[in-house]
Amino acid sequence: MEALWLSMKLAGYVAAILLVVGMPIAYWLAYSTWRWKFLLESVVALPLVLPPTVLGFYALLAMGPRGPLGKLWIALFGHGLAFTFGGLILASVLYSFPFAVQPLVASFEGVDRRLLDASAVLGAGRARTFLKVILPLSLPGVVTAAVLSFAHTLGEFGVVLMVGGNLAGVTRTVSIDIYDRVQSLEYSAANRMALVLLVISFAVLSVVYALNRRVWTPWTAK
Amino acid sequence: MEIRVAAAADLKFAMDELSEKFEKQTGMKVSVTYGSSGNFFSQLQNGAPFDLFFSADMEYPKKLESAGLAEPQTLYEYAIGRIVIWTPTDAKVDVTKEGWKSLLDASVAKIAIANPEHAPYGRAAVAALQKAGIYESVKAKLVYGDNISQAAQFVQSGNAQAGIVAKSLAVSPAMRDGKRWEIPADMHPALEQGAVILKDAKNKDAARAFLDFVKTPPGRAILATYGFEVPIKAKQEEKR
Repeated sequence: MEALWLSMKLAGYVAAILLVVGMPIAYWLAYSTWRWKFLLESVVALPLVLPPTVLGFYALLAMGPRGPLGKLWIALFGHGLAFTFGGLILASVLYSFPFAVQPLVASFEGVDRRLLDASAVLGAGRARTFLKVILPLSLPGVVTAAVLSFAHTLGEFGVVLMVGGNLAGVTRTVSIDIYDRVQSLEYSAANRMALVLLVISFAVLSVVYALNRRVWTPWTAK
Repeated sequence: MEIRVAAAADLKFAMDELSEKFEKQTGMKVSVTYGSSGNFFSQLQNGAPFDLFFSADMEYPKKLESAGLAEPQTLYEYAIGRIVIWTPTDAKVDVTKEGWKSLLDASVAKIAIANPEHAPYGRAAVAALQKAGIYESVKAKLVYGDNISQAAQFVQSGNAQAGIVAKSLAVSPAMRDGKRWEIPADMHPALEQGAVILKDAKNKDAARAFLDFVKTPPGRAILATYGFEVPIKAKQEEKR
């Protein structure tokens, strides 16, 4: 259960960070008219298609004492990033990036432009328009982004395997724990954990799909 | 004709060379998958399609034999593994002089070993640390690779400052430049490594041929190059 709690904690941090970091990026992606925007869109979507081994490999090298990130981290905190909870958070933020940003972009883009124009005409600045018009209208998208990045991080395996070092209470997430138990032939213990994860994942996805059902959303102004 | 081999991660370089030589001699193809012995054992129990299994211990092949999953009479102890403490060239401690003490050094924040729960090399590392009387002092520094290769990779990439890895990996091209200190063989249960031909092998004759090749003097010489000890039993066979 320690592993499950650790995974939950990791997923919670990652979802929170991704909302904060993802919002401005999603805003820019939704409203920018820059002709090369597609390049950034591709970068954001990369973790969807890259195998975790690619991300894990580069993360491990970057976090090491010879990597840029590792050097910086050692200078700041006196120890490396690999095998730490912080390292896992960083790797997971990268890994779950599109799962937060894409729903945000989609919902920002879905806001009626006339409302934004009206807001501007009435004298509201961009920040005010974002907070008072875009954000409330995009609430289902925001919740979807949070829930999906949470769930995706909960199910992360490859990257954690490559940079985690399997430390109980620090980097041994639930997926690693299940893998270990299967290898140790403790099938019933593996099964218990796997079932719990299955139920949680189902519940989380149900929330997402329920939220995206039109009938339930109070914001059907469009 | 292809022989499918599941091999413990410590064999990575030795087995590459063994299979290459064998392929040249016979024209048969050997395709090797590397991983942790425990993982293979679990997969083999569930019908993984391999002809030959080179484990990093004797337990897993024996268990396969008693479960009726191995071809009778094929269990063969092909090597005895050794473990070393390995540090990168830029390490602040000299492991060749300090030995065990280097692990206690403040500059060593993380020590990579294989997961003792399912990797024989991890169990040997823990046993040796206990025998040396420093297990409790270094326990908090340990990080676990899924198998001995990953443990080696953790320290080779500099993320861990020291590692207890298979000698067979420490002498490989990628790690040859680092410093290593051989852990005396009597400090841990001998890493006797066994191979079996599997009951469901598609190609038993070819698998037998490959296993026989491993038993020949050239085959054993390759294993010896990679720091494996040739088991006494095999030596006796050679004399006959």
